[in-house]
Amino acid sequence: MTDIDPVEIKRIRWRSRRGLLELDIVLERFLANGFDQLTMAELAAYRKCLELGDNDFLDYVNGKAEVDDPELAHIIGILRAV
Amino acid sequence: MTVPVRRFDAVIVGGGGAGMRAALQLSESGLKTAVLSKVFPTRSHTVAAQGGISASLGNVQEDRWEWHMYDTVKGSDWLGDQDAIEFMCRKAPEAVIELEHFGMPFDRLENGKIYQRPFGGHTQNNGESPVQRACAAADRTGHAMLHTLYQRNVRANTQFFVEWMALDLIRDEAGDVVGVTALEMETGEVYIFHAKAVLFATGGAGRIYAASTNAFINTGDGLGMCVRAGIPLEDMEFWQFHPTGVAGAGVLITEGVRGEGGILLNANGERFMERYAPNLKDLAPRDFVARSMEQEVLEGRGCGPNKDYVLLKLDHLGPDIIKQRLPGIREIAIKFAGVDPIKEPIPVIPTCHYMMGGIPTNYRGEVVIPQGDNPEARVNGFYAAGECACASVHGANRLGTNSLLDLVVFGKSAGDSMVEFIRNEMPNWKPLPANAAERSLARISRLDNQTNGEDVTEVRTAMQRTVQARAAVFRNSENLALGVKEIQEVAERVKRIQIKDKSKVFNTARVEALELENLIEVAVATLISAEARKESRGAHAHADFQQRDDEVWMKHTLYYGDDRRLTYKPVHTKPLSVDYIPPKERTF
Ligand SMILES: Cc1cc2nc3c(=O)[nH]c(=O)nc-3n(C[C@H](O)[C@H](O)[C@H](O)COP(=O)(O)OP(=O)(O)OC[C@H]3O[C@@H](n4cnc5c(N)ncnc54)[C@H](O)[C@@H]3O)c2cc1C
Repeated sequence: MTDIDPVEIKRIRWRSRRGLLELDIVLERFLANGFDQLTMAELAAYRKCLELGDNDFLDYVNGKAEVDDPELAHIIGILRAV
Repeated sequence: MTVPVRRFDAVIVGGGGAGMRAALQLSESGLKTAVLSKVFPTRSHTVAAQGGISASLGNVQEDRWEWHMYDTVKGSDWLGDQDAIEFMCRKAPEAVIELEHFGMPFDRLENGKIYQRPFGGHTQNNGESPVQRACAAADRTGHAMLHTLYQRNVRANTQFFVEWMALDLIRDEAGDVVGVTALEMETGEVYIFHAKAVLFATGGAGRIYAASTNAFINTGDGLGMCVRAGIPLEDMEFWQFHPTGVAGAGVLITEGVRGEGGILLNANGERFMERYAPNLKDLAPRDFVARSMEQEVLEGRGCGPNKDYVLLKLDHLGPDIIKQRLPGIREIAIKFAGVDPIKEPIPVIPTCHYMMGGIPTNYRGEVVIPQGDNPEARVNGFYAAGECACASVHGANRLGTNSLLDLVVFGKSAGDSMVEFIRNEMPNWKPLPANAAERSLARISRLDNQTNGEDVTEVRTAMQRTVQARAAVFRNSENLALGVKEIQEVAERVKRIQIKDKSKVFNTARVEALELENLIEVAVATLISAEARKESRGAHAHADFQQRDDEVWMKHTLYYGDDRRLTYKPVHTKPLSVDYIPPKERTF
């Protein structure tokens, strides 16, 4: 993740602030632990997750809904384990 | 230093339900309207609301707005202003049907009308029997509301400034509001938004408590900005709590868990609710359970290394019941409490949920403050709506589903008042004062230049611990007096907070430091207002003054930040068209 623009990293961190407390907690843990080790592909997938509506995002993270987008399945798996 | 200026007819700070409802009114009237939001509007905290929005549509059972009004007045424990309450309850059916016409996907009955759910505190015929009054869009009512309002605003050409943080209110020498300063996160630059009228819809401030159901973004920025600009805050002692939030996380565990047989235990393994409520035990009313829990903690029978929570035990129900009748609870407990409730109890603690107080407004959404003999003189050009405002419809305790209603009714009303004001009284912009951005620039430069300062996270934690320990659900004189002293010490530390990252672009450390400066104003206001109120009313339950005292205390608190002083103003006892609902004892 070294060649990515540091400003983009900061932007992603801010966009990890959500409207639902449950997501804030999971994403805060993830940012502190795991986020820095993401590959470029995983980072791109995480960025795509941040575009999701909060309820859909949480349903994925909680395992309440199945992830049908193959691009997201792997990163959601990482978030579920946080 | 010159600060760039942008001009709009109206500037709205906050893109949640209240801000967007107001914006729509302005944009659709053809006024040039800006909405500033720290996050993308549909990720505002309104998205968390699941339960629904109340309106006496009477689609499922007979209902009337007068009954809704009665429930709201009673819920408020007679601290709500009855003109504002009448206004809200009367407008509710129209407001909900309007949302339906905007395209909000409400659940429906077979006949096509909006379905209505039962909800605690909603009754027919002034408390006689329960009524189904809550309208919902599955379990995503807030989400649906935000999306509906966002789409309408885009169509009406509202201009959104996303990832912009308003910093301070700009008032001229006459005290009129002429704009705000704001930080563009993307660049780190400060701008002036020059406006004919400004509305705050910045939401709640639940993050002043260590245990809160509120998302991290609820930092009371609108209230902090008011305090710094000399505008008082109303009824800040009143905060609604939920008894069972996961300790250390805040995530709610539904009441249903106790309904299914879950029980609360203290550090000795005692089922303490048997002592407080021999009949109802763990199923006693919310506020009673919450106070009993905190009493156990205060008397040293809390659990864990800090003895600061109690346990919710479910394992005796067996895995099948837990999985079948309480879906999702096991996942929540594992994820947020780190325990599997099939084997171990869940650590829980009373958790802050909603702020009843806020920026003093009337039912027109105008911010009103004492001036001379007038307890409610209008601040020209300044409006507020939603959770940050105090109209006051929720009084000492909010009725469930009345908040979403508050957002749309008072959002619209404030929008209408602003249109009228701009058209009739403010066709041109008032000049900006010379020092318009000075306060904001000084705040930022202090942060940049502070050395040997305090760490933001540490000070925020100290604040949250203090407020939680001194002004949560269980209050007494000694504890509150200690809290007043302690929180002012924390406030001194906030003046010296420091950030390591001094970069400009997307500096989230700076944003969090600026948010803490807002949170602390709310925290100090809460403790000072709570310490002074020597009675028990609604959410303010005082162990040394256990009765409601209408003779002395049926009045609204006003807190001024500059000298941390309190004044009071009368509760409005004259509804708009119906008879006054006189106080009664609040029994259920
Ligand atoms: C878990 C939960 C469930 C709930 N369920 C219900 C329910 O079922 N029914 C009900 O009626 N109520 C419910 N409530 C309460 C209700 O959701 C809130 O009171 C309401 O949504 C607040 O809306 P708002 O528009 O005032 O503010 P928010 O939706 O919180 O929006 C605030 C806006 O202000 C912006 N903002 C804040 N500060 C700044 C700044 N400095 N600069 C720029 N922008 C800023 C934010 O970005 C955001 O856009 C619930 C609350 C919680 C916590």
